[in-house]
Order: sequence, then C-alpha cells, then structure tokens
Amino acid sequence: MTAIDRSAPAAMAAEFGLTPIGRQPALKAYMQALWERRFFIWTFARSRIAAENAESRLGQLWQVLNPLLNAGVYYLVFGVILGQSKKIEHYIAFLLTGVFIFAFSSRTIMAGSRSISGNLGLVRALHFPRAVLPFANVIEELVKTGTSLIVLAVLVVLTGEAPTAQWLLLIPVILLQLMFSAGIALVFARLTAEIRDVAQFLPFALRIWMYLSGVMYLISDFVKNHDGHPIITILLEANPAAVYIQLARNALMNTAQTNTPVWNWYLAIAWAIVPLIGGFIFFWRAESRYGRG
Amino acid sequence: MAAADTQRVNPDSVGKPTVIVDDLYVTYRVMGPKPAGAKNDGASALSRLLTRKNAPGLREIKAIQGVTFVANHGDAIGIVGRNGSGKSTLLRAIAGLLPPEKGTVFTDCQPSLLGVNAALINSLSGEQNIVLGGLAMGMTPTQVRENFDSIVDFAGIGSFVELPMNAYSSGMSARLRFAIAASVSHDVLLIDEALATGDAEFRRKSEERIRALRDQAGTVFLVSHSLGVIRQTCNRAIWLDAGAMKMDGDVNEVLDAYEAIVEK
Repeated sequence: MTAIDRSAPAAMAAEFGLTPIGRQPALKAYMQALWERRFFIWTFARSRIAAENAESRLGQLWQVLNPLLNAGVYYLVFGVILGQSKKIEHYIAFLLTGVFIFAFSSRTIMAGSRSISGNLGLVRALHFPRAVLPFANVIEELVKTGTSLIVLAVLVVLTGEAPTAQWLLLIPVILLQLMFSAGIALVFARLTAEIRDVAQFLPFALRIWMYLSGVMYLISDFVKNHDGHPIITILLEANPAAVYIQLARNALMNTAQTNTPVWNWYLAIAWAIVPLIGGFIFFWRAESRYGRG
Repeated sequence: MAAADTQRVNPDSVGKPTVIVDDLYVTYRVMGPKPAGAKNDGASALSRLLTRKNAPGLREIKAIQGVTFVANHGDAIGIVGRNGSGKSTLLRAIAGLLPPEKGTVFTDCQPSLLGVNAALINSLSGEQNIVLGGLAMGMTPTQVRENFDSIVDFAGIGSFVELPMNAYSSGMSARLRFAIAASVSHDVLLIDEALATGDAEFRRKSEERIRALRDQAGTVFLVSHSLGVIRQTCNRAIWLDAGAMKMDGDVNEVLDAYEAIVEK
C-alpha cells in the first residue's frame, strides 16, 4: 500500500489522473451513450409489454377498452345531453378519433412521468444514461397505441367513413405526436423525480388540457356560440393536442368540418421539434442527480 | 466462462490508486408518517409545490457521514459493520449510483456493482431475462448471444430457462441472477452479499467465479456479514459504524477489533 496523504485526496486524484464520478456528462457524449443503449431501450419496452400480457389476460384489451369506455361516457354527455352529435357530422368517428389520439399523448406523458420515480431500484443498481427509462416508456406506449389505432380504424369505417389514401397521413401525424409527447414526458420524468407531488397533480392538468383541446366538440363552433373572441379559437386550435387531433381527423374523415388548413402541419412540426429538444436538454441537465433518495 | 472486456492485471500498476473517496456524505430522504399537527391539505400542498419546501414527514437519513479513504490497484477490500451502518450505500456511492450530498468519489474508470436484480422481470422467462439483464449491464446484443450458453450452464437451471422466473425456486432464481451479473468483468468491482446465494455446490462455484473476477479486476469491494469470506478473499478491511469510518487497515487487524466489539 502506498502512503496516504489524507490531507489532500483531491490533489492525489489529480496526480494519478482520477476523475470525479457522477459528474454531469457532456451533451454529445450523453447522446452517444444513449444511442449505444438503443437495444436496451427496445428490449426493455418489449419486455414490459410481454410482462403485462403475461400477468393479465385482459391487459392488452384494456388498452382499447379504456378509451372506448371513455368515448361512451363522452358520447352520452356531449353527444346526447349537450347535443353535439347533431351539430357535428359523423360525430362518433369525430369523438373516437379525438379520444384515441388524445389518449396517446396523455398515456405517454403519464408513463414518462413515472419512469424515474417508478424505477428507482434500477437507477440505484446499474449505470446507464437515465434517459433510457423515459424513452423505453415512450416506445412502450407507441407499440400499445399501434394496436388501438387498428381498432380505431375499424370503428371509424364501421361508423360510415370510407378508407382512402389520405389515411396514410395518419403515420406522419403519429410520428410527430410521438416526438412531442416524448419531449413532454422527459420534462415530467425529471419534475416527478425531483418533486413527487407532481405525479398527483398531473392527471388533473391532463384532464383540463383534454377539455380545452376539442376532443368532444368543434373548437371554432364552441367559441362562436359563446361569443368568444376569434383569437381564443386560434389559441385553442394551435395547442399541440388540438393540432394533432385535427390532423388525425383530417386524415381519417372526409367531412367539411374536419378539413384542416396547411399551416396546421407547420405547427405540428414545430410542436414536435421544440419540446423534444427542450425536454431532452431539461432532462439531461439533472442527469447526475437522479436516484438521490 | 467467456467474459466481456477481460482485463489482466498489469503488474506495473499495482499500488496505483484506483478509487479515492474524499469526505463523502450521502443522505436519503424518505416520506415517513407525518408529525402530529402537521397540515397536509390541498392548500398547504400547493404552497409546498410553489415554494419547493419539503413535505411534513419527510425525513433525512444520513447514511454516510464523512468517509475518506484511498483504494489501490490490487486491493480487495472487505466492508464490515452492523446492519444500517451504510455499507451498501457506500458501494452505491462509489459506483456513482447515489449522488453524494457532499464530497467526491474519484476513479479512473466506471466502477460496477455486481447485481442485476432490479432490471429483471419475474413474469418473463429466463431466456428473456438473460437478454434483458445483459443489455441492462451494457452488453451489446452480440455479447449477450456469445455469453448466453455459459450463463445458462453456470446457473445450472437447464430447461427451466424457457419458463417464467416466477416458476423458479428461490435458489434457482438467485443462481440465474448471479450468473447474469457475473458474466461481465470490470476494473473496479463492487460486490454486495452476492456470495450468500444458492446451495453449497453453487456457493463453491460462485466463490470461484468471484475470485476469477477479482483477479481480472483491479480493485474489489466486498460487503458481507460473513467475516470468514472476507478473511479469505480480502487483504484489507474497512469498518463502518453509523455511516462513519471506525477503522481502515489490514483485514485481520480490523476484523479482530470488530469481532471483539460485536461479541461483547
């Protein structure tokens, strides 16, 4: 054993070229490390789905049943009691698309928010870029949503829409929405890891967001009927959930009310890129602190 | 058993420091039952959220309080102490898995904790878990494929590998977990009570495997309540008491002193 100079461990570390552990990694190195773990992200997401299916036979079915039952309740309240089904053409397809598309974002964000706080054991046992966890959750939700989108397509056809080539537009819509949702999921993964109360408050924020996003009504009509300023319509229609829902309806449905202007696509791209980059940087900045008790 | 990134000890580097722990403090924050009379209604929760104050009942546990030592290349260090003295916490802090409250751990590489339990999913088959665990420890898919058969052999679970892990006996799943974890070798290896798994036959095999890992690694830290195992495998020991270092030195010296206190 060499003699230990206890007065200056830091100087000794410098002399032998040792570096402090657990320091904030550089962004570029972090992204590279994350890319090297891409197989882990994919396997982790797939394993969690397989585990869920193994644990309950209805597991996968609930992914579809849940939005369907929600849609049933909304149909009763908004369609029948508040009379939206008379104002909107093909109201069932309109409502189902809104509910399923919104559910994709809200489920992804909820899953992402629990990705660090729900995997503390893993964070404290193995070394890997922590962004693996929210990304695995996002991929998991994407795979599950794939199943429910097939159900949505069948239901939309059953309620009277004919499939056209325009349906292919749903793919870029889902990809852009995935990027947006991943960005927000990263933000809430960090917030929930740092302040646990956020997990309690998030479902309410998502519910309010849903009611503001025209899932069960047409935003422009609603604002007009309540003597709202047109600027309110623009603001509500420009919110990311409304943008992706409108584009999905535009892809799946063929009514005058669901046609969307082209600038909706520019908004959809901006809402995909800015939150993803911002959310990733926000998450990365706390990398060295995840796992603290 | 083929090991990924095998590194032989370079005789020239023996004695060079590999891990320097400088005045380390680690604190856990846990939610406990809230003190009598504390408000926990919606309004006070909202104000906590805004002011970022801690909730009532949030307790701080100071698990490591000012530990300083230098570990050298070739050292095998046993860590002893009572339950709750901070042994496992110290390992996790050295691995960089628990961010310190204060102080620094310096290393020349990424120390690795021997253990993969947290990444495995009990309702999945052994095969799926070998792949999942291997990837979680940082293997590439190719390395997982190369190591797959030797992991199954070493665990000795035979055709059970196709069944979900929750169908295993506790000994079988412990063996599989150890086999996955021990399939990679590291420069600085941290082992937490890993030897206490399985039957006598597997114990012997795993002790052999640990020795092989130790020979490949530059430095080994071993947490165990079995003082015999520590005397056999380590040359140095650190005695932790209530998160502080009580003694650090030659393994027999430290363990004799520890035993004298514990037996009292």
